[in-house]
Amino acid sequence: MFKVLQNDTLAPNVHRMVIHAPRIAKARKPGQFVIVHPEADGERIPLTIGDADPQAGTITLFIQAVGASTLKIVTTPAGGSLRDIAGPLGKPTEIEKWGRVACVGGGLGTAVLYPLAKALAEAGNEVTTIIGGRAKPYIILADELAAFSTDVLVATEDGSLGQQGFVTNVLKDLIDNPDTRPNAVFAIGPVPMMRAVAELTRPYGIKTIVSLNPIMIDGTGMCGGCRVKVGDETKFACVDGPEFDGHLVDFGLLMDRLSMYRDTEAKIMAELPEELRDKIIKVKR
Amino acid sequence: MKKNLTPKERMAIERVKMPEQDPQRRIGNFEEVNQGLTEEQAIREAQRCLLCKSRPCIAGCPVRVRIPDFIAALAEGNLPEAARILLADNTLPAVCGRVCPQETQCEQVCVRGAKGAPVAVGYLERFVADWALAHPDKLPKEELPESTGKKVAIVGSGPAGLTMAGELARKGHGVTLFEALHDTGGVLRYGIPEFRLPKRIVDTEVARLQALGVEIECNVVVGKTVTLDELRQEFDAVFIGNGAGLPVMLNIEGENLKGVYSANEYLTRVNLMAAWRNDHPTPIIHGKRVAVIGGGNTAMDAVRTSKRLGADRSIIVYRRTEAEMPARLEEVHHAKEEGIEFILLAAPLEILGDENGWVKGLLCQRMQLGEPDASGRRRPVAIEGETFELEVDVVVNAIGTRANPLLTATAPDLRLNKWGNIETDENGATNLPGVFAGGDIVRGGATVILAMGDGKSAAVAIDSFLKQKN
Repeated sequence: MFKVLQNDTLAPNVHRMVIHAPRIAKARKPGQFVIVHPEADGERIPLTIGDADPQAGTITLFIQAVGASTLKIVTTPAGGSLRDIAGPLGKPTEIEKWGRVACVGGGLGTAVLYPLAKALAEAGNEVTTIIGGRAKPYIILADELAAFSTDVLVATEDGSLGQQGFVTNVLKDLIDNPDTRPNAVFAIGPVPMMRAVAELTRPYGIKTIVSLNPIMIDGTGMCGGCRVKVGDETKFACVDGPEFDGHLVDFGLLMDRLSMYRDTEAKIMAELPEELRDKIIKVKR
Repeated sequence: MKKNLTPKERMAIERVKMPEQDPQRRIGNFEEVNQGLTEEQAIREAQRCLLCKSRPCIAGCPVRVRIPDFIAALAEGNLPEAARILLADNTLPAVCGRVCPQETQCEQVCVRGAKGAPVAVGYLERFVADWALAHPDKLPKEELPESTGKKVAIVGSGPAGLTMAGELARKGHGVTLFEALHDTGGVLRYGIPEFRLPKRIVDTEVARLQALGVEIECNVVVGKTVTLDELRQEFDAVFIGNGAGLPVMLNIEGENLKGVYSANEYLTRVNLMAAWRNDHPTPIIHGKRVAVIGGGNTAMDAVRTSKRLGADRSIIVYRRTEAEMPARLEEVHHAKEEGIEFILLAAPLEILGDENGWVKGLLCQRMQLGEPDASGRRRPVAIEGETFELEVDVVVNAIGTRANPLLTATAPDLRLNKWGNIETDENGATNLPGVFAGGDIVRGGATVILAMGDGKSAAVAIDSFLKQKN
């Protein structure tokens, strides 16, 4: 059992949880994830590790309730516990000295981006962070990211905070200005957003790294359910990723495979009590 | 009951038939197919053993169970004694009695088999093991030797690791089992379906090890959560039995369509994650027409599972003929009874998809047998131009597994062969002092009992290593 020490709500349905997991806290590097299995009969949910404190033996996870099992996780209060957490899994981010980089986060992806942006800044990169969301309440971690970013730029679909529009509009402005054009872009968020970023940077030849979150079971390369097409090769996101070259990822296939269980998910959702159903966000994948 | 039967009387007894769930009924549930012998049937079957002097069955058993001895006790109706003998030799008899390929091991060499059918050793093992599980109070209390103060880490709680744990705990060593998944048993839990090996059997066998003082820590992915080096610093010896957890992909067009599974994923969803139960949230595609590619036990497990998930047609597609199939005879026989179709001498060429990315068919190549290959089996050769299409909505790839590199990738000094399997000597010792390995990580995809045999022989080697270490 893994004890939940803290559970805060950052945005509607977005939780930051601090969990006691000493082995994982000690081994974890930025970019890696865990698999959380909240209860005996639950699903195994892959979640990127937001932060870790090896001394305290804790990890921080950012979670959005998108289905029955993620709902079970976020409704576990401080003092409660989660049955299983396995990790750290996947390859750590390759932190290089790029010079100027842009880190682009959409929705919950901003939380996944946070440890990566921090590590890039610590390695001496000049980090410009772009955060996107539906509206002001969904813009998370702006202050935390500002602590090490040269600039934090915000885009909301309804214009309630920052520039109205998408993160790609903001990124395009950066690229078009030779004084701000990044040498590398890190984009983490909903698949359509990552695809749009990759398409934007492709003609400029700017290296673009994305972090993929396909359907997964064991997270150790055993089942192959998380396979993604990268260039001509089939890769397992759990062991070969989760980060890949955005210009090589087949995003269409990724989106298609993410829809594999849509009918089952809808059925499970329909069976949930209404008050719980309202807590779940429909995420655009 | 008469105790001293003459050989002639023993020869006159016919081999028992295992009571089975009716095929039509069992394809609608996940309950065990084999129902187990009654005590009367078991004793009668035990009396078929001639108690021969040569005892070839013992050498035929990878864990060297003293088969004639436990059978002799059973024949006399002395169940506690039969159980004592069996449990002393085999850590997981209720598992072996269900999943071992006896027809190529103990029963193949049974003297009784030279004339007629061999003694049903597997059925008897299962009967005695089940009796022992049901009557723990009638078993002699196990007395553990004094603690040696030595600590051994076991990586993987599958058949090799569980066997190792039992053997070492009984020698007084401290044992910690590390399991990557959230529950114990390895392939016994995620791979072998409920209808062949009920999970309560695995639970009970694991509980028995815990009663011996074996510590179990789940959710530890060695190579990720901790490295082999860290384990070597913390423990006096390490045994690696983490299995062959990496599916071999088909590498054909259409493999990433929705509805295509590796057998590992398909079976894990159903077995470990209980996707077959309506009250569990794990989803699985309930195919109406399912093709399973391969001819081993895993393929049989997957295809019979698909039937139980409601498929109208469940089809094995195998590139050789039935004679070359690696699956146990009983599995093939049970599959046929359940209406599984076998399309032999056929290899997949392409998985066909519809406009929405779902599987709609499997394009196959007709094959014929050519010259024998390195394995001694006749090599399948394509018959030019002869292809056909199967209309299916789920395809399961059960062609095999390879060594999972997670652990070995973080242990650069550990010697591997060209396929990524760990190299060991005949006692399971690797090139690193105090590090031993066994089961599928050494052999590639093999069987439960061979993994257990590795666990047992490596336990002897570890015990003597620990004694020398004093």
